[in-house]
Amino acid sequence: MKNKSLISINDFTPEEHIRILDLAEDFERQPTQRILEEYVVATLFFEPSTRTRLSFESAASRLGAQLIGFSEPASTSLQKGESLRDTIRTISNYSDIIIMRHPREGSARFASEVSSVPIINAGDGANQHPTQTLLDLYSIRKTQGKLDNLEIAFVGDLKYGRTVHSLVMAFCNYTTTFHLVSPEALKLPSSVKIHIKDKKLTYHQYTELQEVVPKVDIIYMTRIQRERFSDPLDYEKVKNSYVLRKSMLEQAKPNLRILHPLPRVNEIAIDVDSNPMAYYFTQAMNGVFVRQALLASILGVVE
Amino acid sequence: MSKKEIRKELKVSAIENGTVIDHIPSHNVFQVIRILNLTDYPNQLLIGTNLESQKMGKKGIIKVSNKFFEPQEINKIALVAPTATLIVIHDFNVTEKKQVKIPNQVEKIVKCFNPNCITNNEEMETRFTVIDKRELKLRCRYCEKITAKDDMVFF
Repeated sequence: MKNKSLISINDFTPEEHIRILDLAEDFERQPTQRILEEYVVATLFFEPSTRTRLSFESAASRLGAQLIGFSEPASTSLQKGESLRDTIRTISNYSDIIIMRHPREGSARFASEVSSVPIINAGDGANQHPTQTLLDLYSIRKTQGKLDNLEIAFVGDLKYGRTVHSLVMAFCNYTTTFHLVSPEALKLPSSVKIHIKDKKLTYHQYTELQEVVPKVDIIYMTRIQRERFSDPLDYEKVKNSYVLRKSMLEQAKPNLRILHPLPRVNEIAIDVDSNPMAYYFTQAMNGVFVRQALLASILGVVE
Repeated sequence: MSKKEIRKELKVSAIENGTVIDHIPSHNVFQVIRILNLTDYPNQLLIGTNLESQKMGKKGIIKVSNKFFEPQEINKIALVAPTATLIVIHDFNVTEKKQVKIPNQVEKIVKCFNPNCITNNEEMETRFTVIDKRELKLRCRYCEKITAKDDMVFF
């Protein structure tokens, strides 16, 4: 994986995904390892995202790397109309790896073509966010002890949620049964379902959350955004039907864990937080280990 | 040659040197002219539409004097007129005849339909993989969205 950019989850093979997860386990056991002291890591956030940026910066700092970058475009020459091409070309001369988030879809792929150093995509518009997918894989393997033969429920906005699309695609590499819970208007797009069908895997679609809870090993919750509905009345109708409450977990399998890419608004009731099945805050912490594993392997300091 | 065939040949006069684009769907003739930038072509240009065709019922034909197309331009033709045949003429003789082919990769000539794609916001070339030749669907290398036939805009 040395010098390889990570733009889309499919840029890495399933074997490489597993290698990253194994390395992340090492970093979880020993998070502070000053193996990147010689390296400069650039974090370019053309669109603010505090959580993702801090997670990457925490990962780089724990490895001893030097950090440069910006957290919002207002402070950059972008304001003066500089092209992305020129920004990336310049900063790739200042750093050994670039982590970028950008509001335009495809920006990270383009950056990887003009950059002299590898790029890690930390989100390009509504397109891809592969490090989120890897930390989701890590969290699922850690809580279930495996990635194969799992029953996974995806709940909420399955139409626009890029984390859902990438994770569904990653799980198409395994024997997975997909349980897709969403309002009619926010069903998983056929362009993603085609990957499930290609691998001859099974999926079930639901509009009620309660009925899938007893069946699954993982519930992956996502937020339903008001702005996705053209008619506000449609939003009002569905907004409370996709809220997970503690009382709904009584019939759940004991190994069920609840994941959420965060931030949460109201789709998981606060009373779930104290339930041992709630895993979303640990999931976010796992992101640091996974990003440490990516930095170390792309920079070539671990095999 | 039968009398009927002779009559057909005479509908559009021959060219000395250049390219004949034959078997264009009649309703696409002007689109082909537009995407090949032939509207202001300074040499002889002969255009026929709704001509009888055994293969297609009705067809269009364009004869372009003193013009030999680059592979990239031929690919453009294939995207709007996949049935087209290209005939290269030198000294009134056919020196090459081939069916246009939809390529596996389409570069530079089509715009991505996604307004938020980086290709529509940065000075750069577009690149697509053709994922469905029958329905004509192109996946953008950058935003990964699919531009379908009806959304296709040419540069």
